Amino acid sequence: MVDIAKIRNFSIISHVDHGKSTLSDRILELTGAVDARDMREQYLDSMDIERERGITIKAQNVRVHWRDHILHLIDTPGHVDFGYEVSRSLAACEGVVLLVDASQGIEAQTLANCYLAIENDLEIVAALNKIDLPAADPDRYAAEIERVLGLPAKDVLRISAKTGEGVDALLDQVVARIPPPEGDPDAALRALIFDSYYDQYRGVVSAIRVVDGTLRSGTKVRFFQASTTHDVEEVGVRTPVPVPVDALGPGEVGYLAAGVRNVGEARSGETVTDAARPVAEALPGYRHPKPMVFCGLYPVDGDEFPDLREALEKLQLNDASITYQPETSTALGFGFRCGFLGLLHMEIVRERLEREFDLSLIATAPSVAYVAHLTNGDVEEVDNPSSMPPQQNIADIEEPLLKITILTPAEYTGTVMELCQTRRGRLERMQYLSAERLELVYVLPLAEVVVDFFDQLKGKTKGYASLDYEPAGLETSDLVKVDILLNGQPVDAFSSIVHRSKADEYGRKMAQKLRELIPRQLFDVPIQAAIGGRIIARETVKAKRKDVLAKCYGGDISRKNKLLDKQKAGKKRMKSIGRVEIPQEAFVSALRLDD
Amino acid sequence: MEPRRDADELGVYVHVPFCSHRCDYCAFATWTDRGHLMGAYVSACLAEMERAYCEGLAQASTVFVGGGTPSLLPPALLAELVAGVRRQPDAEVTVECNPESTSRELLERLRDVGVNRISLGVQSLVPHVLDGLGRRQVPGAVARAVELIGEVGFPTFNVDLVYGGAGETDEDWRATLDAVLHLDPAPPHVSAYALTVEAGTPLARDRARHPDDDVQADRYVMADEVLAAAGLSWYELSNFARPGHSCRHNLACWRQADFRGFGCAAHSHAAGRRSWNIRSIDRYVAAVANGSCPTAGEEVLSRERQALERLELALRTSDGVPAECLPATPEMDGLVERRGDVLVLTRRGRLLANEVTLRLSVPGTTLAHLG
Repeated sequence: MVDIAKIRNFSIISHVDHGKSTLSDRILELTGAVDARDMREQYLDSMDIERERGITIKAQNVRVHWRDHILHLIDTPGHVDFGYEVSRSLAACEGVVLLVDASQGIEAQTLANCYLAIENDLEIVAALNKIDLPAADPDRYAAEIERVLGLPAKDVLRISAKTGEGVDALLDQVVARIPPPEGDPDAALRALIFDSYYDQYRGVVSAIRVVDGTLRSGTKVRFFQASTTHDVEEVGVRTPVPVPVDALGPGEVGYLAAGVRNVGEARSGETVTDAARPVAEALPGYRHPKPMVFCGLYPVDGDEFPDLREALEKLQLNDASITYQPETSTALGFGFRCGFLGLLHMEIVRERLEREFDLSLIATAPSVAYVAHLTNGDVEEVDNPSSMPPQQNIADIEEPLLKITILTPAEYTGTVMELCQTRRGRLERMQYLSAERLELVYVLPLAEVVVDFFDQLKGKTKGYASLDYEPAGLETSDLVKVDILLNGQPVDAFSSIVHRSKADEYGRKMAQKLRELIPRQLFDVPIQAAIGGRIIARETVKAKRKDVLAKCYGGDISRKNKLLDKQKAGKKRMKSIGRVEIPQEAFVSALRLDD
Repeated sequence: MEPRRDADELGVYVHVPFCSHRCDYCAFATWTDRGHLMGAYVSACLAEMERAYCEGLAQASTVFVGGGTPSLLPPALLAELVAGVRRQPDAEVTVECNPESTSRELLERLRDVGVNRISLGVQSLVPHVLDGLGRRQVPGAVARAVELIGEVGFPTFNVDLVYGGAGETDEDWRATLDAVLHLDPAPPHVSAYALTVEAGTPLARDRARHPDDDVQADRYVMADEVLAAAGLSWYELSNFARPGHSCRHNLACWRQADFRGFGCAAHSHAAGRRSWNIRSIDRYVAAVANGSCPTAGEEVLSRERQALERLELALRTSDGVPAECLPATPEMDGLVERRGDVLVLTRRGRLLANEVTLRLSVPGTTLAHLG
């Protein structure tokens, strides 16, 4: 076991793109953990999607040696959707390196994670990165860090993770300023799981931080939240290659394999204790992940439904925060209602399903979980417009809120406020970080955020605004369900729950969009938007009048046949809503609400 | 066993791939910069014919010389080409001509080698409509060409028209139809084509000039009414004729008769085998010159495919299809009408012919009969 006084556990916190993965790479290289010739970019990000998008989805940890100390670098997920996972990773640390881009300064996520570190009493080593860039202005942003976060500007390090400049000094500061962990090796075992992944040979492997006591291979442990008991098959440390050890003592970070079958039984925040000598109280801060955003996922080809089920099962082994249950849509056939931690999470899961499992999917518009209080006293959660109870049975509906923090250059203040206002936002706080930068805190309905809010914000501020958010409870709201009818028949995939003030606009837009997307049929097709029985918008797809090939002589016959075959194949791929035939692509385009 | 055919029926198509100017909508195999190859090309065609006759190709019952612009060939050369096709005494022999290159000399030579039908590429008689099509026409050329056709003495002729081009109004189309019907002599046959956007053409790249389906539908209805009133009734979707003036060559083609194509890009059909020649002039000429077969590709149709195609082609004509080949669903109401045992497209059905075609099926008995 390791001398506890020589251990330093830390995370790097930063905004997306501020260079966290590059810094991790440099640390691995500088400490000799990874040979320069084995080095590849974003070494710790193991999924293709992580590398491509330049974000970390799963937390990783690695043990490196620096001078005569042992450093545990705990890489945290880099996106707001995974805020809870970040908080669990931070709970495994005594300090953080706050990494800020020297050409951009503090961003919303930096701020949020930094507050989290301060709340957790962690020592903060601040560093300005990318000083090699011509646009770098380290003096200015060091001053900003002092003003906004209260960390003395003279203590802010200046580094370039890309060239390696200043990284050794940074590691020296980590050793000097971040305190060693404390813990009693003889106390009852208490260890924190801060991430888990599924390994097809060994089952779940968890990243773990021992708080008190000693975690030994071959013993029996109890998982506090899951109330399960497991045999410890292997404990070890990542260097980053996994190296088994006999035991992990207090303060140590490593991995645990205990024959757990799915990650849902070894969630982030789980407390591991000795089965023979369990502690009375779990470590604080555990939260059961709750999906925030929902959508229906349907295979484009109905025959792929079983494959989709299998793929979701497999993904859930590795990502316990995904929820799914079968649902049927008259328009889209058989699929699943899926729940996600946030929008990016939804996008990533969808992408993984398509990429890793070779599926082609249609996603319905994202929705949120409303709480309907019925006149008979029942309470129902509604995460799908089609399961909304009839209007007359509803006493009131609550919708989930988000508290969002936006950091923006002052010149965009008006634009950002206008955007938040049109999304039914309520201004909570407004504060100047400097003469040029402003922090705005709004409470917004989640439903208003899930539909292209980020893109709008980025677009309207030329990419300069940054955003962080957290759930902010529920609030009663005047919500209605808007149905879309084609040729008199409601199409469930297009129904939506919207605020009454926006119902007309939604109905009108959807009807117009569908008029453009639905191919002309042999008869007029009315498209209506309705609340209950009341029509709020109407469009008509006029009957088609011409569909004929003008010329068909000797040389045209083969070509004509090819065209007709194509038309025939197209007809087969169409979904029929009553007598109306709609190509798959029309659904996909109509459900894309970003324009 | 293949279905029995009239042993006397054989169409011959000869392709002439030369133009003085390429219209913006044209996707045909034709070139404006290969005039120097005219002589070599005609020799190659004649050589290909000679080879076919050595292999026992029968005499043609109909001949169609199309292009391109056949009338761009020097009259003697074109006459030589036509004369190379062996044919039955009463064969229909059509040559496509452009108004500008239709001279008395040319027409007389054609008449003397047995041509009895001229197909005149007019497209429109309204200058700004022609501009929109990227087509050139000398004012008065059409009237002069038609007058010559009458004077030289052809028993029948056709005028090709195109509607739905950019800038064309209902009135423009009406004006073209009226002017065509008032030509002297009046044409006993008119082909009226909806302008079609073909991939790779200048028109395809210019979205602003793409025709509108509803507008084209209106123009078709107008053409159908105006031509019918003048005694030209439809016998194929885009073809209208006085009684006895239908194009026998095309009709045979739509009745799935055999036809043999000569020249580059020409298609042939013989009892379910379709083949086509090399597309470019240069390579075609070279292939024939060195004695190799100028066929570029072929497809053999299954019996089912042949039977279905027969119906598809028949549906486009006033012959119609046996009633049992289409479903008796309400959506067919107004698209087809019954004439005895067959269903024939209504005017609305003609405009939506693809929709009807997609619903065709070959009745089991027909297939059994074929087997």
